[in-house]
Amino acid sequence: MQDEQLEILDFLRRYPPFQELPEETLHVVAQSVDVRYFKAGARILEFGEEALAWYVVRSGAVEVFRRNGTLYNRLTEGGYFGEFGLLHRKQVRFPAAALEDTLVYLIPEPVFTDLFENNEQFADLVEVEDRTRLRQVVSRREDANQLMSATVDVLISREPVMLGRGSTAMDAARCMTDEGVSSLLIVDEPDAASSTPSMVGIITDRDIRVRLVSQGLNYDTPVTDIMSSELVWVEHNQLVFEAMLQMLRNNVHHLPVLKNHRPIGVVALSDIIRYESRNSLFVVSSIFRQHSVDELAALTADVHACFARMVTEDASSRMIGSAMAVIGRSFKQRLLELAEEHLGPPPVPYCFLALGSMARQEQLIVTDQDNALVLDNSFDPARHDDYFKSLAAFVSDGLARCGYTYCTGGVMATNAKWRQPLREWERYFTDWIEKPTPESLLNSGIFFDLDGVWGKTEWIDGLRRLISRKAKGNSRFLACMARNALLRTPPLGFFKDFVVESDGRHSRAINLKRRGTAPLADLIRVHSLAVGSVALNSFERLRDIIEADILPRGRGQDLHDALEFVSMVRIRNQAGDLAVGNEPDNSIEPESLSDFERKSLRDAFLILSNAQKYLKFRYQPGRSA
Amino acid sequence: MLHLGSLQQKQPGATSGTTVHDWPQRFAELAAAAHDERLKRFYAAGAVAGDTPLSAVPLMALDVETTGLDPVRDGIVSIGLVPMRLDRILASQSRHWILKPRTALGEESVTIHGITDSQVDTAPDLIEILDEVLQHMAGHVLVVHCSAIERQFLNGALRPRIGEKIEFPVIDTMELEARLHRKKRLGLFARLFGHKQRSIRLAASRSRYGLPRYRPHHALTDALASAELLQAQIAHRFSPEAPVSALWS
Repeated sequence: MQDEQLEILDFLRRYPPFQELPEETLHVVAQSVDVRYFKAGARILEFGEEALAWYVVRSGAVEVFRRNGTLYNRLTEGGYFGEFGLLHRKQVRFPAAALEDTLVYLIPEPVFTDLFENNEQFADLVEVEDRTRLRQVVSRREDANQLMSATVDVLISREPVMLGRGSTAMDAARCMTDEGVSSLLIVDEPDAASSTPSMVGIITDRDIRVRLVSQGLNYDTPVTDIMSSELVWVEHNQLVFEAMLQMLRNNVHHLPVLKNHRPIGVVALSDIIRYESRNSLFVVSSIFRQHSVDELAALTADVHACFARMVTEDASSRMIGSAMAVIGRSFKQRLLELAEEHLGPPPVPYCFLALGSMARQEQLIVTDQDNALVLDNSFDPARHDDYFKSLAAFVSDGLARCGYTYCTGGVMATNAKWRQPLREWERYFTDWIEKPTPESLLNSGIFFDLDGVWGKTEWIDGLRRLISRKAKGNSRFLACMARNALLRTPPLGFFKDFVVESDGRHSRAINLKRRGTAPLADLIRVHSLAVGSVALNSFERLRDIIEADILPRGRGQDLHDALEFVSMVRIRNQAGDLAVGNEPDNSIEPESLSDFERKSLRDAFLILSNAQKYLKFRYQPGRSA
Repeated sequence: MLHLGSLQQKQPGATSGTTVHDWPQRFAELAAAAHDERLKRFYAAGAVAGDTPLSAVPLMALDVETTGLDPVRDGIVSIGLVPMRLDRILASQSRHWILKPRTALGEESVTIHGITDSQVDTAPDLIEILDEVLQHMAGHVLVVHCSAIERQFLNGALRPRIGEKIEFPVIDTMELEARLHRKKRLGLFARLFGHKQRSIRLAASRSRYGLPRYRPHHALTDALASAELLQAQIAHRFSPEAPVSALWS
């Protein structure tokens, strides 16, 4: 037997993940430790050598590298490395070198493996580093894709040029010429530098041509007569891509960029074109050029090509999700235009809704249509419902022709229950939130991701505000939503060519939507309702959740990375199916994954699983939210 | 081990008699001459040749704690051994013995090494574990910080028990530090301007190599501390191919 080195024992006792170990285990570990000194600059581990021990930094500093030589991690006292090698084929995966004179404690492989397998808390803590790895996987891809994931503010090259609303058309033209800009913001109080100038309109080169010169108006015409006052803008932190879609949707070429309600610049379409590929842009604009359902249905191939191209170009899941959502939206909008041409104008105003993944802008190519109709309160079923029933059927059938399968749960405007006046929808939401039962919310969860697509979209903003107001702090409702969000769980992991389920069963394939992205989105939705966020996109919701600081530190970023990674595997899997002519789906067979993907997916599922545990804890019935 | 100012000022090696160059030869002679069977076996296990590269030398860090400062009157209360190679300190194979010294524990020494009367009361006499200790040491070059003290106390304990003393090759980490920092005495001006000689005590030497601070005066911790110091000294100043004879005495 050996005798105990007290310094080693005391050291281990001071640091996680050892801190948590039972005293007897700690003694066993301390007695297994060997020691080695490395001079600054000395190599500690080489790639591919046999992994014999787990390394804990006792003093000094160590750098851990990727195989290609780039820095992976930097560790100091209490840091550890070498676990990847021990967990994978007992070969060193990440070389390491001493950055300073360093003393390391070596824990032999059998002791480490024993700890990892028999001590859940220890394994979880060591897994933390796995999470940093997922972060690095995701951020590396995000880096590679900087142009496409750039936010609008990178396009701004100068302060916006502003002019008071009392100016004339000639003042505006001179100002634009002097400043060399193609647009001006018209504001209420241009001189009050301290107060926020209130933006009342925008005027562009085109307005001077179309609204002034070609109309034969006098140069003294007030700018307010020729400006566009229906302002469309973007927030500074929106994606460039979203700005582009905003322009397309509203048929404008200039967008003021706002930060804290203050204009900080203007982006023009030409700015964006420099940044963006035109692929999805072309699909969207060609949708609006089609004149029949047949013609629209013929675009399915283009949609798939656009999807595949974005995957090839390494777009992020957010880019792809929002591009596909905008394409889906555009189909709906064009179908509604065609329907109105066909059926005549609507008898009462209405708004056509997108629900679920389209509303969240997380749509992929395999998706069903979840939609609904909100009708004006003057809606009279006897007189008006025939029209809206036909309208719903036209859109729904058209969408099915374009590749958006009917919703098996019946969440479609063709269902009379989901074709109701606004006041009824307000009652629906009020009931769901104020008299919640897990059962009633089971089928209505999808309605909490809602976006207006066509018509009176402002009603939907009102509904969203109602939801946000009523849901925030309503612990009973949140508890029910949380309970439903826990119904779909991630699998434990992978073993060879099968998936290990939480109950120990094996399956041949895994549905990445049902077991991955959907429960992630569910979980994020609960938190976002709890903090009163009105965001729709899961990544944006996460931003609000992180800002509200309701998650343990770092967990928000972990969820972001997990969602991004699982989504990308799902997306690439679908693109792969398309490439070989298979019907794309959401299920994936473990043998088709690379080692790396398996490992990272396992990390992501672990994050989801831990986040579900936390969700359960946080929204226990009766706990004040 | 207690490292005291007066002892540190002595030139290391001065008390170890003449320097031995050929330890295998010396061990052969000692094996023949020794009367005690345990000692005979220890010497018979042999010693590495002086031209053996450091990387191939089996090493054993050693520290003893004592009841006091006088090698004649005071006794050993604990012994720590940590085997090592150039590329690995085998802390997992550390050995530690608490011994019952012939003289009672002084209050002062208890506060230093923390070993109490009750622990010592049930402890064996050195003679009972001598064979075991020697078996662990056999075939190794010892590593000690300030070897003069260890040698004096070991011999001071052995002489009354077996009537013989012990010799073995030692790498003294303090002497290695002294080579670097005590080459010449500080000049008059340096002393006038308050320059102090650099300390070659264990903790001070370790801190120069970026080694952590350990609580001193536990035989096992001090042996580990000396082992780490030797690894650091060699990493910075010697080639792994250097002959062990360049370091030992």
